Amino acid sequence: MSDNPLGTTRPENLLHRILDSDIFYSFIRSPVTVVSAIVAAIFFFAAAFAPWVAPHNPFDPATLDLMDAFTPPAWEADGTPNFPLGTDDQGRDILSTIIYGSRVSLIVGFSAVLFSMVIGVGLGLLAGYLSGWVETIVMRMADVQLTIPAILVALMIDGVAHILLPIHLRDEMAIYVLILAIGISDWPRYARVTRGATLVERNKEYVSAARVIGVHPVKIMLSHVLPNVMGPVLVLATIGLALAVITEATLSFLGVGVPPTQPSLGTLIRVGNNFLFSGEWWITLFPSLALVTLVLSVNLLGDWLRDALNPKLR
Amino acid sequence: MTAYILQRVFQAVAVMIVVAFVSFLLFNFVGDPVDNMVGQEASFEDREAMRDSLGLNDPFIVQFGRFLGNAVQGEFGISYRLQRPVAALISERMPATLELVGASAILSILLGIPLGVYTGIKRYAMSSRTILTLSLIGVSLPTFVIGILLIYVFSVNLGWLPSFGRGQVTQLGWWSTGFLTVSGWKAIIMPSVTLALFQMTLILRLVRSEMLEVMRTDYIKFARARGLPDRMINFGHAFKNTLVPVITIIGLNVGSLIAFSIITETVFQWPGMGFLFIQAVGFADIPVMAAYLVLVAAIFVTINLFVDILYFVVDPRLRVERTVSAGGGE
Repeated sequence: MSDNPLGTTRPENLLHRILDSDIFYSFIRSPVTVVSAIVAAIFFFAAAFAPWVAPHNPFDPATLDLMDAFTPPAWEADGTPNFPLGTDDQGRDILSTIIYGSRVSLIVGFSAVLFSMVIGVGLGLLAGYLSGWVETIVMRMADVQLTIPAILVALMIDGVAHILLPIHLRDEMAIYVLILAIGISDWPRYARVTRGATLVERNKEYVSAARVIGVHPVKIMLSHVLPNVMGPVLVLATIGLALAVITEATLSFLGVGVPPTQPSLGTLIRVGNNFLFSGEWWITLFPSLALVTLVLSVNLLGDWLRDALNPKLR
Repeated sequence: MTAYILQRVFQAVAVMIVVAFVSFLLFNFVGDPVDNMVGQEASFEDREAMRDSLGLNDPFIVQFGRFLGNAVQGEFGISYRLQRPVAALISERMPATLELVGASAILSILLGIPLGVYTGIKRYAMSSRTILTLSLIGVSLPTFVIGILLIYVFSVNLGWLPSFGRGQVTQLGWWSTGFLTVSGWKAIIMPSVTLALFQMTLILRLVRSEMLEVMRTDYIKFARARGLPDRMINFGHAFKNTLVPVITIIGLNVGSLIAFSIITETVFQWPGMGFLFIQAVGFADIPVMAAYLVLVAAIFVTINLFVDILYFVVDPRLRVERTVSAGGGE
């Protein structure tokens, strides 16, 4: 990546090294990327610090007033600055529900990506490094799963888990079930990429050298091969985050995701959709807009990262 | 050639058996089927008699064999929720889904390929960049959000198009079609656009990147040096060679169209298989879920198989590579 050309001295300071790298140069040269990074950062920040950032706490029944229900956004005739984006049927502030909703969406998204990354990269490393029957089994499993679209796999796992869980646990466990379902639905992509990259690295001299001096295979895989295959995996993970957020929203929209008591962006859109025909468009359109903006900015970052890490396009 | 096709067919059968096994497990072990059929006050003896008559006391393998036999004949039992044979329910709903998927596939191909070729050829034109940026927005718009936006604009505000259902349908034998009435055509516009948009952007981006790749090759440069007209180079030489991956993706996309039709059908309350499936998930209606899973997997596997074989027919290089590296892994 940031290979140092021969003859120049490498700046010692980490900050200098980052500012001096090719990646940073290509980042700062692309205004679209900078903007999407800022937008994504705002989302992450607001989601992480939701209780402090959100103007209201939409899930504290004590602060809710049914008299506030269906207030339109502030710039409409009946709007008030107290609820900038209006309120829903229970008088909850839309802006606050969006902030709390992105929090749920992003928690599920990040955890699901992490989950599928751990499974996929682990199995991919094993398959690529060990080859033989391990490789055959892992890759066939990935092939079989890739025959069926990820959303359907997630839907199926989610649906079955709902049925298996006792009723009183369903709402509590919904988030974990979602993470599991989305995580499992996406591992084959990581396994394929990791295996491909591992096959290339396996035959390089540093790996042979490590093997010859008797380093344990697990150690070779984790501390030598893994860092060298992380580039393409990171690109996948970035785009995977966007995908996971969409999948979560879709499942919640279909009514099998997180419950309305702890809504994600998808749940908010689903609930708001009921009021679209009676003219309360803001209840569903603002969460939709937030979802699209979040996903778009993450997608743009992923696109840029893929190009920046691809030596062919330099 | 024969060996390759046989290997693929074998793989397809293996996938189907795995899927059938999963749905068999669902069928028999998620919830107690007997509980779902007898009333609360049925006695222990009644239940045992029921278990025997359903064959639930037979060995596992026997049960699985029977399930496979029934599944091959399209027999999936009775829906818990609707108390009707699952096979009848699905065949009733299938035309709606297939018409929707067909319309979307045609729409996405007719728009995606020309736009992809255009943005590939005119790489630096402002119009191409605009199309590409819009396509990225298309990828980021979840299917259901597109549907909601369309409903908001064209049904709620303008009142031009219906927001749910298939309109007036005509019965042709067992097939019900919406294409013979004006209301049917009006009803399919928004769902098919919603479903097609995402696939269209995928096809567009794929065709574009394949065109860019081909444009860099020596034989294109040579064709240019020979002074061939641009039209000839672009369509006769370049586009033709992008077709292999494009066919693959389009084939596979028909599969994902069926999967995504679940979402579109829910948004527009389109009376197809996907809507049936989602309602089944909500009610834990296992026979319908299992049947849908098997059916959709069968469709995917068939498409994959055809695409694989087509690949082989379209690209002579694959045949050569196969014979050279016969027996060597992938």
